[in-house]
Amino acid sequence: MARKPTETAAPAASANVSRDELLKYYRDMLLIRRFEEKAGQLYGMGLIGGFCHLYIGQEAVVVGLEATARDGDKRITSYRDHGHMLACGMEARGVMAELTGRIGGYSKGKGGSMHMFSREKHFYGGHGIVGAQVPLGAGLAFADKYKGNDNVTFTYFGDGASNQGQVYETYNMAELWALPVVFVIENNQYAMGTSMKRSTRSTTLYGRGEAFGIPGEQVDGMDVLAVKAAGEKAVAHCRAGNGPYILEMMTYRYRGHSMSDPAKYRTREEVQKMRDERDPIESVRNLLLTGKHASEDDLKSIDKEIKDIVNDSADFARESPEPPLDELWTDIYADDAPQKTAEDVNV
Amino acid sequence: MATEILMPALSPTMEEGTLAKWLVKEGDTVKSGDILAEIETDKATMEFEAVDEGTVGRLLVSEGTQGVKVNTPIAVLVADGESADAAPQGSAPQAAEPLAQPGQGEASKDETGEAPERAPAAAKSAVEQVSTPEPDESPDWPEGTTVRQMTVREALREAMAEEMERDETVFLMGEEVGEYQGAYKISQGLLDRFGPRRVVDTPISEMGFAGIGTGAAFGGLRPIVEFMTFNFAMQGMDHIINSAAKTLYMSGGQMGCPIVFRGPNGAAARVAAQHSQDYAAWYAAIPGLKVVQPYTAADAKGLLKTAIRDPNPVIFLENEILYGRSFDVPQMDDFTIPFGKARVARKGRDVTIISFGIGMAHALEAAEKLAGDGIDAEVLDLRTLRPIDYPAILKSVQKTNRVVTVEEGFPVGSIGNHLSAWIMENAFDWLDAPVINCTGKDVPMPYAANLERLALITADEVVEAVRKVTYR
Repeated sequence: MARKPTETAAPAASANVSRDELLKYYRDMLLIRRFEEKAGQLYGMGLIGGFCHLYIGQEAVVVGLEATARDGDKRITSYRDHGHMLACGMEARGVMAELTGRIGGYSKGKGGSMHMFSREKHFYGGHGIVGAQVPLGAGLAFADKYKGNDNVTFTYFGDGASNQGQVYETYNMAELWALPVVFVIENNQYAMGTSMKRSTRSTTLYGRGEAFGIPGEQVDGMDVLAVKAAGEKAVAHCRAGNGPYILEMMTYRYRGHSMSDPAKYRTREEVQKMRDERDPIESVRNLLLTGKHASEDDLKSIDKEIKDIVNDSADFARESPEPPLDELWTDIYADDAPQKTAEDVNV
Repeated sequence: MATEILMPALSPTMEEGTLAKWLVKEGDTVKSGDILAEIETDKATMEFEAVDEGTVGRLLVSEGTQGVKVNTPIAVLVADGESADAAPQGSAPQAAEPLAQPGQGEASKDETGEAPERAPAAAKSAVEQVSTPEPDESPDWPEGTTVRQMTVREALREAMAEEMERDETVFLMGEEVGEYQGAYKISQGLLDRFGPRRVVDTPISEMGFAGIGTGAAFGGLRPIVEFMTFNFAMQGMDHIINSAAKTLYMSGGQMGCPIVFRGPNGAAARVAAQHSQDYAAWYAAIPGLKVVQPYTAADAKGLLKTAIRDPNPVIFLENEILYGRSFDVPQMDDFTIPFGKARVARKGRDVTIISFGIGMAHALEAAEKLAGDGIDAEVLDLRTLRPIDYPAILKSVQKTNRVVTVEEGFPVGSIGNHLSAWIMENAFDWLDAPVINCTGKDVPMPYAANLERLALITADEVVEAVRKVTYR
């Protein structure tokens, strides 16, 4: 049922990929990279507080999977969520302003880096408790199945969350009830500072689904085309009513777990090697250049365009005011104000 | 254009640090991601990466400098081709003022230099509306309505069936709710009537199905999640508190969670410590939850229907011992009871006994005994613990000037503790005696029958407390 990744997946997939597609992946991944670098910078300046978990290095996972989603599909993830939001089309301004705790943020400044949502883009958070998003994601899929549509929910979690018991309670029920959920394990190999080797003897994470009858596979998560190809298969499986599917994305985060992580659990050389040899953005850049899909100048102008978006988001995030003080007391109960619960229910 | 590189904050609490080591020198070209320096924070030594690309024009702070304030310029980066001399020398425009996060320490003053005004005081708590001192004392159902004797069990079942009939998005999930017909037979017959799509048997996975239910509520359904008992809800507590109760707030109002978590709560009989606990005070402590603990069958029905329609997460605390007791229930097409409306179960003038749930049984029994001795007790059934009907409490205290609270839960951090504090703050001048809290004893529930009796609250203890506050 589960199988090993095919080494040749990427080149095979790249043969069929269009110029526009490659440019889109390049642009989307670069936006996340530059956005996160800027967030790191604003954190350093004290404009972003608390915890801030950067997605740098893992961009191909979310960009490749978003390429397989269609309107109505949902996504939910952990606290390392900025990339997921940008990839599903949420505005850089709203995300950055939430990081700075301003009224222009997606949660009016009340959620912060780890807690952002967009009903419009079907992004259901942004969850700060490791593993909690897994049953929540299955619940979103439960709602879609109940309503009788064929939407799919992408439920992202890490190798660290894979050791939470609720993941397996969820696997069991998701398969039992054939819920349309793609479980995406972003295996960046470190649960905060604890490497896979030091946390489990069962290091093939997708294989843990076999105990519940859930098919899955390991995917090169640094290769956006491989991610997309695997995602298409998983989504087709779920949409057809066959229940959940597990994708274990082998990926890597370049930065620390959060901003205050000195990263002494791995060597600088290990990080540098990944950056030099496996960078997901550089790979697509090379495909674009070697395939003569784009010139250096074309890419430079994309770089400029992205830089402008990110700088604009940072300006917005600095200028947007802090929430008015009466916001302290709003949004505690839905009946305080008109709210949209069940607006999209159509059973 | 020259860019200043500022001393970064590398942890949530860092205000200054030591520039331990430069890993670049003047004239080096750097690109985004290159490590510029090692910086010692209050927690650890961190590597500091470049964000922009360019050439290091000047290093402004030398290696080994201690106490470098966050946001002090430490180097200048120049664009390719630009001369390092173009870099400004040291003093930076925005560096003098530490850019601490607004709302912290010095920076907590707003732009006008005034200390920030306090948040509006009117809403001291989202559920405390003391501004309306007159309690709603309208009857729960119109006079002349036909009533029928019904058990609490039947009332709960009718409430769920009626709401499932009314709203297709309402469904029931939990352990043994379907084919087994309910561990306590609350859901008896619902599977036959509504089918397995809407009456969902779960495996024994409280954390998992508390989370799946919460996710389904985010997704637009109205789940009723039954815990076989609330003792097992502790396994799913993270989803009740962190996922269900807080998400509306954390999302700036975007993500409602209309869900009911219900099941028996509190001591049954002879099931010992792990299966005998009243969680009322735990849940009532959480902003974002609504908490209901009915005593009568009519309240069980009317409040459960309200709970299912409520757009917020509702904790509905039932009681196994009460399931089989019968009460009058009005025969109406659509009978609901609003949250936050207490019920005067017995009118009196000498003392107010405030209770809820099964505590009401002890309170009423005590009131009868006291009446025989000429003490006329008023008994107030709170029915909901979030929101609490403070106006009703205030009105009764102003009449009787004496209060005893009754509940089954542990004494420390009890609902009674909270009520005592509230009454002291808001009605101190009306009190003629200290408020006494009657609670369960401060021990895990014992198994032995005689010890169990000692651990539980009794009507006699309530009588004794009333004698103390009435000095009789």
